[in-house]
Amino acid sequence: MAEPVTADPDTGGVTAEPTPPPGRPSVRPGRRRPPVRRALELSLLLAPALLLFAVFVLLPIALAVYYSLYRWNGFGPLSDFVGVENYRRALADPVFDRAIWHNVLIAVLSLLIQLPLSIGLALLLNGRIRGRAALRLIVFTPYVLSEAVTAVVWLSILQPNGVFDQFLTAVGLRGSIHEWLADGDIVLYTLFGVITWKYIGFGIILMLAGLQGIPSELREAAALDASSWQSTRYVTLPLLGPTIRIWIFLSIIGALQLFDLIWIMTLGGPAGASTTMATYLIDHGFRRYQFGYGSAVAVLLFTVCFLFALAYQRFALRRDTAGAVDRAMR
Amino acid sequence: MTSTAAVAPAKMPRRPRRVGPALRYLAALVIVAVTVVPLLFVILGGFRTTAQINQSPAALPEPWVLSNYATILTSADFWRFLTNSVIIAVVATVVAVAFGSMAGFALSHYRFAGREALYTLFTVGLLFPLGVATLPLYLLLRQIGLLENLMGVAIPQAAFSLPVTIVILRPFMTAIPGELADAAAIDGAGRLTYFWRILLPLSRPALVTVSVLAFVTSWNSYLLPLLVFNDQSHFTLPLGVATFQSQYSQDTARILAFTALSMVPALAFFSFAERRIVGGLTGSVKG
Repeated sequence: MAEPVTADPDTGGVTAEPTPPPGRPSVRPGRRRPPVRRALELSLLLAPALLLFAVFVLLPIALAVYYSLYRWNGFGPLSDFVGVENYRRALADPVFDRAIWHNVLIAVLSLLIQLPLSIGLALLLNGRIRGRAALRLIVFTPYVLSEAVTAVVWLSILQPNGVFDQFLTAVGLRGSIHEWLADGDIVLYTLFGVITWKYIGFGIILMLAGLQGIPSELREAAALDASSWQSTRYVTLPLLGPTIRIWIFLSIIGALQLFDLIWIMTLGGPAGASTTMATYLIDHGFRRYQFGYGSAVAVLLFTVCFLFALAYQRFALRRDTAGAVDRAMR
Repeated sequence: MTSTAAVAPAKMPRRPRRVGPALRYLAALVIVAVTVVPLLFVILGGFRTTAQINQSPAALPEPWVLSNYATILTSADFWRFLTNSVIIAVVATVVAVAFGSMAGFALSHYRFAGREALYTLFTVGLLFPLGVATLPLYLLLRQIGLLENLMGVAIPQAAFSLPVTIVILRPFMTAIPGELADAAAIDGAGRLTYFWRILLPLSRPALVTVSVLAFVTSWNSYLLPLLVFNDQSHFTLPLGVATFQSQYSQDTARILAFTALSMVPALAFFSFAERRIVGGLTGSVKG
């Protein structure tokens, strides 16, 4: 992520300073200007972004840590200091444990089902096919819809005896009809299905972009003396590695933070069967006015995401990220 | 599949097309069906009555009913939600891109102590989900009197869009050759003139990408409006759709019509900015 910075004349790199040819004034901006003016420019440019970021992103997160040490309903003074009690309570609450488990389950299911599906469909769509542009547009459409709209769409479709059940009946699968959102054993898988519907297009587009980055000579050369399965397995997939690793990262972070869709479709129910960390947080923080406790949950959620991101960055992404942003913009 | 390939006669044209176009088209067909049918159900359902839908959920409108759409399009609610969404998304985008490009300029064209640390700070901001900050954010907004105020959503939204904006813009601006700045300086242009007259126009592709990202993020956001707005007159489209769904849960046809209409802006925007959205998302996520 940190790009190598080229020789830095302003920070005392005396030796790095190439002497300008005599008679030709140094015109490199950033030098030869009064330092006061420079400082003024800098603060003018940086202050708005920094202020905004500090007040609305950093401060609330710091406050969350602070509030998490109190028992507090969001009104009146913070007086009931309880230390790490909120954290202990959250970790001991079986509902919260289940919420974490649900997040993990969604993440694992994504890896097992969405990842192969995205790659496979991208490989198929990457071949010669009529109307490819239109196809991509269509595949990507659900991703553009908000989770709120997606949730309402599927609430209508999955109504008991609704269009989905009718469809199953029509194709002779009447026996497999369930109460998709009311059955505690099923609901999480139903939600996973909806999530897959919404996000698979993103995976496919991402993989297609990755496939496009593989020089076609390589694939053609591989096709000369390998079966299509072999050339896919030993040439295409390894070269797709960076894209796959990015997808995994985004998918897991997304799974850990899942909220909108579930909140609208089930409110985390029935009986906590589809609670996630985020719905648990909003449920306790806002609906029950447990601001201290909710903050502790928020900090836990953030810690989980942060540790995962750090570990993933260190072990999986490191070799991919150098200069990745520049490449992406080309 | 492997074995057929191995025994294929050597003279056969060796293009790796053994999967066969048939399978490819079948897969494409399935994808399109799975994607489009639910959306069609919603759109067509809006043209039916609830009684029709209850009787036979999967049928076509018979006869076509326009009243659902008409009622919603003539009601104040839908337009108010739409307007609120637009105002919030525009403000959030303008603020994020304006502040972000200024910071991106400072972080790419000035050298100062702590520059990399500052950049890293913004990068780490990519990891802060809005959800984590909502409780304190809510209290903060209450304290400064921004609850029930469109800016109470737009401004924090802009703040949370800053990281991705800066992470995309800074490398882009760094890549713009320094000679241009030199030339501008020779002509007597100040740093800020250079920024405004030369750098920003040259950064247009990246600016469009970050604008689209900020806009879409704000447009689709649900959690923050949910917490900040209680009064329906402030609701945004996602919040409105979800509320409408629970308010009229008996009237399926109206829900479907409302949902269909609320998809229109996003779909229109998408078909208009498709390349930017796809490029922006697949590109930006690599940061």
